[in-house]
Amino acid sequence: MTIEFRKEYFADERDDNLNEIGKPTQRQDALGHVTGRSPFFDDHLFDGLLHIRCVRSPHHHARIRRIDTSEAERMPGVVRIITGRDVPQNLNTLLSLLDFGIDDEPLLSEKKVSYKGEPVAAVVAESERAARDAVAKVRVDWEELPAVFDVEEAVKPGAPVVNDIYPGNLFIYHGKYDHQKLRFGDVEAGFRQADQVIEGRYQMSPIEQAPTETCGAIAAPETNDRYVVYTSTQALFFSLDTTSKLLKTPSNRLHFIGGTVGGGFGGKVDSLHEPLAVLGTMLTGRPCKYIFDREEEMQVGAPRGAERWYIRDGVMNDGRIVARKFIGYFDSGAYTRLSSYAIIKGVGHLPGPYTIPNVYADVYCVFTNRTPATAMRGFGITGVDFAIEAHMDKVAHAVNMDPIELRILNAYRDGDMKAHRRLAKNTALIECCQVAAEKAQWPISQKARQASSLREGGGERAKIPNFTAIDQNGLVTGFTAGNYARKAKRSEPAAPQSLPTQTPRHDSVPVAPRYEQPVRPQHQPAASAPPPPAPPAQTASDARRTRFSSISGLRRR
Amino acid sequence: MAKKPIQFHLNGSEKAIFVEEGQNLLDVIRRGVGDLTPKYGCGQGTCGTCTVLIDGKPHLSCLTLAETIEGRQVSTTGGLQRGAELHPLQKAFMEGFAAQCGYCTPGMLMAAKALLDKNPNPSRDEVVEAISGNICRCTGYEPIINAILEAAKAGGARRYG
Repeated sequence: MTIEFRKEYFADERDDNLNEIGKPTQRQDALGHVTGRSPFFDDHLFDGLLHIRCVRSPHHHARIRRIDTSEAERMPGVVRIITGRDVPQNLNTLLSLLDFGIDDEPLLSEKKVSYKGEPVAAVVAESERAARDAVAKVRVDWEELPAVFDVEEAVKPGAPVVNDIYPGNLFIYHGKYDHQKLRFGDVEAGFRQADQVIEGRYQMSPIEQAPTETCGAIAAPETNDRYVVYTSTQALFFSLDTTSKLLKTPSNRLHFIGGTVGGGFGGKVDSLHEPLAVLGTMLTGRPCKYIFDREEEMQVGAPRGAERWYIRDGVMNDGRIVARKFIGYFDSGAYTRLSSYAIIKGVGHLPGPYTIPNVYADVYCVFTNRTPATAMRGFGITGVDFAIEAHMDKVAHAVNMDPIELRILNAYRDGDMKAHRRLAKNTALIECCQVAAEKAQWPISQKARQASSLREGGGERAKIPNFTAIDQNGLVTGFTAGNYARKAKRSEPAAPQSLPTQTPRHDSVPVAPRYEQPVRPQHQPAASAPPPPAPPAQTASDARRTRFSSISGLRRR
Repeated sequence: MAKKPIQFHLNGSEKAIFVEEGQNLLDVIRRGVGDLTPKYGCGQGTCGTCTVLIDGKPHLSCLTLAETIEGRQVSTTGGLQRGAELHPLQKAFMEGFAAQCGYCTPGMLMAAKALLDKNPNPSRDEVVEAISGNICRCTGYEPIINAILEAAKAGGARRYG
């Protein structure tokens, strides 16, 4: 297998005298794979294994009036039926483990369901077929509710409330705002200065990771009063800690074994299977397996979420982009999972790999009655990068410029200040564009061919804008930033319950954050504006001398 | 549920087991006789990861009724090696990075073996055709196709029966 390296670039920053890096190396698990002996979670056999299958909502949004399991309990082979009442702590959000977000999702729903396929009960039976037959006999009395499937519909006043923890259908950032903000300079001033303003609307559908091995876990009692869990998870400690939290069981009683994943691509981090498999084992004393079949993997398995982006660029006739404004909506589905975090990641990435002096972004994590979304390869970045790059082509067309040259002209260079107030280092977009043009035999000008990420960055481009237009749009009250981890540490007697006692509400009716009627940032006189953050100690010229090396940290050039 | 005794050969050795009505071959191979090399991917015959050979021809074991293999020869990846020596396909898959997560690999190997056993020098198109029922989500197929062609070039696939 040959790998092409372009070692003429950044040659002085790299030590090529290495034994492994840059050379193909045999994977340590290859022998197991080609002999079929790699131990996937389902390759562990247990005597007396029980099978778990879930009773799932046929509705996108419905209240649960009653769950009648009596007939199912009498079915042959049924050992136990589990409902939400059996789950010691039946509310969780994955990122509570990172001190981020409010618990909003039950393992087995008791009061209502907010997406099609949401589990409300689990049958534990002697065989998979017996479990399936019994699932069909569980009677649920549903009261169907109106559902909302579009992010912009979901944030309108009066839209159905998808997730009771977030009544505005918006994730609350830092206990304070209904969206994640990015403010750098003054985009409105940038638009006034621009020769042209170019707008675009982009969206991406959810994408299922579709691993060949479906998600699942097997739990079994161990002799030392612990439970062993074989799992397909991509995130062993997420799964361990989530199980520990939901089952109120110390993690040292949970012996998790993973590491052999039959394809994940992000879809195996949600830790849905391990808690139920362990709970089944706790309640029956027998090994339990909970695995998605292919239909569940496609319908219930969390996909990469849908995104919608509105981009508005202020552009000079020579192709320089002087202002870029984003309004973004992530469709989180019915619960938070990882979309709120994806947005933090995405906003740190804006405005893409370009140096633009005025940048504004409002990005909303929206709850809808769709399947909860989660991680997938570069999530938080992939959707907006598609939008940005499609928009770059649109801008190039509008200013009658070659699309690759437009990118090289606006590309960030070493020492430039990025919108999230870090200096750019190790930039290589210009070189990527040059190699791509060369390989595609796409003619670009001499000037574009001679551009370099190492030159002409920094200086004025290293500065944080003197004035940044800030605002309090989307301010909310009634939410605490507090969560699982912090609550456990606090011992104040007056500390609130696990749920906010007052129903959190938006302070005022939220202005539907539609691009067509953007909420303009309140311009404040520079004198009364808070002082800009202190400039970073590292100056642009330092940044150009020192580039980060993944081999040995900071290396002098 | 009624159970039925069946006898068949798995990778050359004789097996006898009771199977349930409607039980699929994948389940019998994995849980019944303990050969865990064929994998479950969809249970619907769409992914190919459960591919085994029955009398030398590739079959989807998840859709094959166990009762129908009475007296027949079943081969899986578990029987591909000869002693400690890897089959040329296994070697080529290792050397050519044709296995990433490894989950589709046993099915791919069986589909490829069926091809090479009947056509020792296949064209690229014939290789593509032979594995067209097997889904791989990691590699993008190119390394797999190349590995099968390499194994054919190395020859000797037939010696492994």
